[in-house]
Amino acid sequence: MLLKYYYTLGVFLFSYIIKRLIWTIPTLFGVTLMVFSMVHLSPGDPAVAILGDKANAQSVKELRLQMGLDKPLYTQYFIYMSNIAKGDFGKSATSFEPVLDEFLDRFPATLELASIAMIIAIIVGVGAGIISAIKRYSIFDYASMFTALAGVSMPVFWLGLILIYFFAVKLGVLPVSGRLGYEFDIEHITGLYLVDSLLVKDYAAFWDALKHLVLPAIALGTIPMAIIARMTRSSMIEVMKEEYIKTARAKGCSRFQVVVIHALRNALMPVVTIIGLMFGSLFAGSILTETTFSWPGIGKWLVNAVYQRDFPVIQSATLIIATVFITINLLVDLLYAVINPKIRLS
Amino acid sequence: MRKLLIMTLLFVTTLMYAAPKYGGVLVFGRSGDSVSLDPSHATDGESFYGSTQVYDTLVQFKLGTTKIEPALATSWKISEDGLTYTFKLRQDVYFHQTKFFKQKVQFTADDVLFSLNRQFKKDHPFNKVGGSYKYWGFMDMSNIVKSIEKVDLFTVKITLNKKEAPFLANMAMDFASILCKDYAFSLLKDGKENKLSRFPVGTGPFVFKKWIKDDKIIYTANKEYWGGKPYIKKLILKVIPNSSVRAAELKVGSIHVMDFPNPEEIAKLDADKNIKLIKQEGLNVGYLALNMAKVPAFRDVRVRRAINYAINKKAIVDAIYAGFGKVADSPLPPTMWGYNKNIKHYEYNPEKAKKLLAEAGYSDLKFDLWAMPVVRPYMPNARKIAEAMQADLAKVGVTTKIVSYDWATYLDKGRKLEPNGGYLLGWTGDNGDPDNFLDVLLTTHAATIPVSNRAAWKNKEFSDLVAQAKTTTDVAERTKLYEKAQVIFADQAPWVTIANSIVVEAVRSNVMNFKLSPMGKRVFDKVWFDK
Repeated sequence: MLLKYYYTLGVFLFSYIIKRLIWTIPTLFGVTLMVFSMVHLSPGDPAVAILGDKANAQSVKELRLQMGLDKPLYTQYFIYMSNIAKGDFGKSATSFEPVLDEFLDRFPATLELASIAMIIAIIVGVGAGIISAIKRYSIFDYASMFTALAGVSMPVFWLGLILIYFFAVKLGVLPVSGRLGYEFDIEHITGLYLVDSLLVKDYAAFWDALKHLVLPAIALGTIPMAIIARMTRSSMIEVMKEEYIKTARAKGCSRFQVVVIHALRNALMPVVTIIGLMFGSLFAGSILTETTFSWPGIGKWLVNAVYQRDFPVIQSATLIIATVFITINLLVDLLYAVINPKIRLS
Repeated sequence: MRKLLIMTLLFVTTLMYAAPKYGGVLVFGRSGDSVSLDPSHATDGESFYGSTQVYDTLVQFKLGTTKIEPALATSWKISEDGLTYTFKLRQDVYFHQTKFFKQKVQFTADDVLFSLNRQFKKDHPFNKVGGSYKYWGFMDMSNIVKSIEKVDLFTVKITLNKKEAPFLANMAMDFASILCKDYAFSLLKDGKENKLSRFPVGTGPFVFKKWIKDDKIIYTANKEYWGGKPYIKKLILKVIPNSSVRAAELKVGSIHVMDFPNPEEIAKLDADKNIKLIKQEGLNVGYLALNMAKVPAFRDVRVRRAINYAINKKAIVDAIYAGFGKVADSPLPPTMWGYNKNIKHYEYNPEKAKKLLAEAGYSDLKFDLWAMPVVRPYMPNARKIAEAMQADLAKVGVTTKIVSYDWATYLDKGRKLEPNGGYLLGWTGDNGDPDNFLDVLLTTHAATIPVSNRAAWKNKEFSDLVAQAKTTTDVAERTKLYEKAQVIFADQAPWVTIANSIVVEAVRSNVMNFKLSPMGKRVFDKVWFDK
């Protein structure tokens, strides 16, 4: 009986994934076309942008030729797409290094920060949301919802500067910015400092990397935390009103059983969707947090590429980030389908 | 006798106290990362910050000045006709040995030929590697240089097509850095030639160790540096984009030298007893170019002079440069040789401005004021400057509208002479030569689109003087010509010259002997920590 259940689940998931994957191809095509048009049709000559205030006629002409900008737009797009098919994401027009290498240099930093930020946001957000829902209209409820509102309204870089000023400058208990103190050097294995330092058993470096993550993760995680808290609270309140909750209480289930086993599982479904979306957007890199905390991630890199009209970086980085985003959404939808039988049956 | 002994003891102890100490890790906090560590490809200051630690040039600027001194070339001879430069090279200099390049290679003429010919000869195996050689193009080197030849292992002869007095100064610029030929070709053999700009090997005071993009570059001291082993053991260039955060890092001591403090923060930093300020007059100028190509009113010299009289430059320097600047009257900064202070000055005189405008028949003038959105060494806040100018001009009956675009678009439109009015911009000298300012920014040939002469000012007398000054290496003669040129400039007022900024760096109090270069270099080989 159980075997049959898992078998049908497996078949469903497999066909679901295949269907979704087929849909991603036109989606990604659409993304590349949109980015390509926006980037090429916006004003400002990329060659002039790269050469800066010292550019002269000759150097601009040479650089344009080198960047292939003399060819018609549709040719440029075609060349770009056929290279992608071969796995060649092009070279950055500013640094001349492969875009993929530049991306992989910076992505682990974004991944590590986004993950820690989300973990904090989920733990605190869900926790506060549940307690607020159970103790509705209590002081805790008002306090946490007010904090959530404040969190969403505060500009991230301002919050970051306040955190730095208070904890790093005034109290001196945490570092100001960056990923690691200059006395430490962690060998590159994955690029995730917490993981790499443990792999080589350098506990001092691990601790230092962790200290560097605290403030930026709080700053970055504040908005997701606030949204998750409010979402969890309202979702829990909705679910707690349902008939089957009253049934469970009537049956004599303990408060704990009711909350955790029955209510939470159902209340979390919309929250899981939100978490997926936010995780995806954090992956795109947060330029403001990265700039404030000198965090070497992909957000700053991409924004700089836009200012410099570094077409290869803009196009390929957006494509890669879109792929990551789509993958995360796919995983979230799968998780959703696993939790909620109703989705599967439809 | 006793007195003499005491005096000697005192003298010796003072010497010991002032003597540089070896050791320490110096962290330099800067606002952005290098784009490339190959100085022949890069154009941005941050890239040069990174490459200058590792590479040397044939000649260099004496630190803190625009004077040329020997570096990898110990001496040079210039022929009578000014067309041949023969350099004698320094012997017993070796390129860095690193984890990624273990060979010990001696510096010779072959390396000079490699470094320069790759930028020059289209058929050189490295000519297409790593992108275009931008500064070689900016400085018009392909038209100036005829050939670069090896005379013997330690002698190089460079022949020019025409007399070019600034040529020697050009050889002190970052783009003329000397790379290791053997290293480059060993990379080429492995198909890894693009790593040349990522993993540099040079003869300079610091050896490249590691580059974590957008984070930091780590160097160790070159113990065999020909200019003397650096005092510090390790150098780290750390990227901290936000200036308030950078100041915070300096306050807590996690960095020791801070680049580009915000003018508003400087007073607070100065008040901190663990921090001191290092100042240097910048080799730069900030100006408002009056685009004569687009605005007919600007073609009347009375209108241009009127605008100069209408604007209160001193108020702008005091308020917006926070006092870290001096009012400019010439396109050349006062620290530049050839600067002429005996030229027409436009003191703040709104009455005179109104009179001139009425005389010219433009009592109701309207035009745009273009301001860039980025901070530049010569202009800390263009937007605020435009607003101040707008207010000043309104007082004399001139209506202006402030226009801005993102930096790339701003430059592009400026090159195409699109600004319908005044265009704020500036310039930092590249090679400590007046030609670099006057020829590039104000001559007739620089007024053809895409222009660098943003006022589209075409004055034959001025342009002829500047062209003539290129043909002789006699500084006294050139000075006379440049002085005459500046008189014409001031009289004809194609610009409103605003200010020459003062570059300020903040350092920890125990950092000794950190000097600023007028050309904007950041060098650390003579810096030491006083515990």
